[in-house]
Amino acid sequence: MSNEVNKIEYVSYLEHQGRFKGLKSWIFATDHKRIALLYMYAIAAFFFIGALLGLLMRFELIAPGETIMKAQTYNGLFTVHGVIMIFMVVIPGLSAVFGNFFLPILIGAKDVAFPRLNLFSWWIFVFGSVLAVASQFLKSGPPDTGWTFYAPYSTTTGTSVIIATTAAFILGFSSILTGLNFLVTVHQMRAPGMKFFNMPLFPWAIYATAWIQLLATPIVGITLLMLIAERLFGIGFFDPNLGGDPVLFQHLFWIYSHPAVYIMILPAMGVITEIVPTFCQRKVYGYKAIALSSLAIAGVGFLVWGHHMYTSGMSENARWFFSLLTFIVAVPSAIKVFNWISTMYKGSIDLKPPFLFALAFIFLFIIGGTTGLILGSVATNIQVHDTSFIVAHFHYIIFGGMGFAFFAAIHYWLPKMYGRLYNFRRANIACIIMFIGFNTLYFPQFVIGIQGMPRRYFDYLPQFQTGHMISTIGGVILIFGLFYMLINLIKGARKGPKAPANPWNGSTLEWQIPSPPSLENFDEPFEVKANPYDYK
Amino acid sequence: MSNNSSHITEYKVLGRILLILMFFTFATISVTSFNLASFTVTVALLIAGIKGYFVLSYFMHLKYENLLLRILVGMIFVLFALIVLITFIDYSYR
Repeated sequence: MSNEVNKIEYVSYLEHQGRFKGLKSWIFATDHKRIALLYMYAIAAFFFIGALLGLLMRFELIAPGETIMKAQTYNGLFTVHGVIMIFMVVIPGLSAVFGNFFLPILIGAKDVAFPRLNLFSWWIFVFGSVLAVASQFLKSGPPDTGWTFYAPYSTTTGTSVIIATTAAFILGFSSILTGLNFLVTVHQMRAPGMKFFNMPLFPWAIYATAWIQLLATPIVGITLLMLIAERLFGIGFFDPNLGGDPVLFQHLFWIYSHPAVYIMILPAMGVITEIVPTFCQRKVYGYKAIALSSLAIAGVGFLVWGHHMYTSGMSENARWFFSLLTFIVAVPSAIKVFNWISTMYKGSIDLKPPFLFALAFIFLFIIGGTTGLILGSVATNIQVHDTSFIVAHFHYIIFGGMGFAFFAAIHYWLPKMYGRLYNFRRANIACIIMFIGFNTLYFPQFVIGIQGMPRRYFDYLPQFQTGHMISTIGGVILIFGLFYMLINLIKGARKGPKAPANPWNGSTLEWQIPSPPSLENFDEPFEVKANPYDYK
Repeated sequence: MSNNSSHITEYKVLGRILLILMFFTFATISVTSFNLASFTVTVALLIAGIKGYFVLSYFMHLKYENLLLRILVGMIFVLFALIVLITFIDYSYR
């Protein structure tokens, strides 16, 4: 028989004709790659809505007093910005998009363990997101509690808290189902010969994240149901007037929401761990340490929630205990940073856009991480609690960390996802613009935070105006950079030059298959290496 | 990796587990008539934990699964216990 007969004809997943055509072939797709793209389009749309809302907030704060909106509108805006960004962008972000697309490929599988459940997760995500956005337009007005829905205010405010919390509850289901799917995929779907310690490190990060999604999300789900029950039936879980304890809400909320930070950042760390060795052409330094540090972060990250509550009226003993645990969780995070830098040492560094974004991530994450230690210590935390210092720290970790890792990931994997290349020079310029814009936006908030500028305040003393002015200018630069990057990526994905199978000379499995991959990823035999980062 | 062989538990064993669960349900209700002060939650969770062990082990067949899966589920219980314990460090000393 000739080779042509033996060889399966290659059809990319983008061209594959399944049961449905057109839009239906996407919204009813069970292929993990198409579902990943569905998530990406939805999340990108929400991200730009959230970013524009953030920019409106910055314009309001450009000068003291009322500038472009009323105080109640501002309260609604920071809640909407938070709910969209946290529940609809950063929590699903990397895991649902790149986890879905690349987890099966990186472990040599044809799909995730439960493809239909995967599609169902996306539908639940869309339903929850629509409900969350709808809550902002109801007659009762957008919820004004902040994304944390703190009791007892959230039990009494007349705004649309019930709809917003129901939306968060539904979005949580999507997260749980995705986590469950990924856990089973890693346990059951690995290619023959691929043991746990042969897996690339992005799957390790997704695996650790999936455990958090599965175990922590139900807690916030129950908490939000308790809040809804309290509002509807006056049960008195959290309202002191009814015999409840508002600190209990904070405990339950942060038992989920601190690990949720690791749902956001662990996959980001996984992305960086893939990019650094590829663009340095070096074996990753300390493979096992990085793999196990993901699990350590997931495990210890469960036990540090109280550092959000030092000023809540929690007992003294609990405060020092949480402070101790918080310092411990910094260790595995630092292990990763040391290992990335050690991987770069004596490497053949290639400053292509994914690596530039990865460097930006490391720089911003170090600032976010070290300022996190200031917040982990009880004494300094109390000084800066509920100031814009927290806003700056949080955005350095979430936007500087997860956001820049997302940008690094899309620049790294876009050639594989769409089979086309984008303009490298424009991508590098976009990265530099965003890096400058990001630091101009958030760094002044550290300074005015230490000086006493409260967070979530519509008005402020004149002494903080310079900081706010610089910050708003940074916001404009950042938004410009974001749109510049987006246009370059869209142009590349649609009309860019065709990408080879392995444009970066990567060593992991996704670079062994054509760009874009076929429906079942692996049409030909592939090699599972003992070390996935086997660079000479 | 997965253990593809399925295990069928005898009705007799399932019946015994049902009786044990009913006994502990009775215990859960009975114990509320005693004032255990700060140990109220501990005792309630302990009984619930024992019931959970039997349900997982026999009704959900965890007892017949591979070691890795049993360790992972066990660690979830340890984590849950730690979370409750740490929360009560606040409540006990406030």
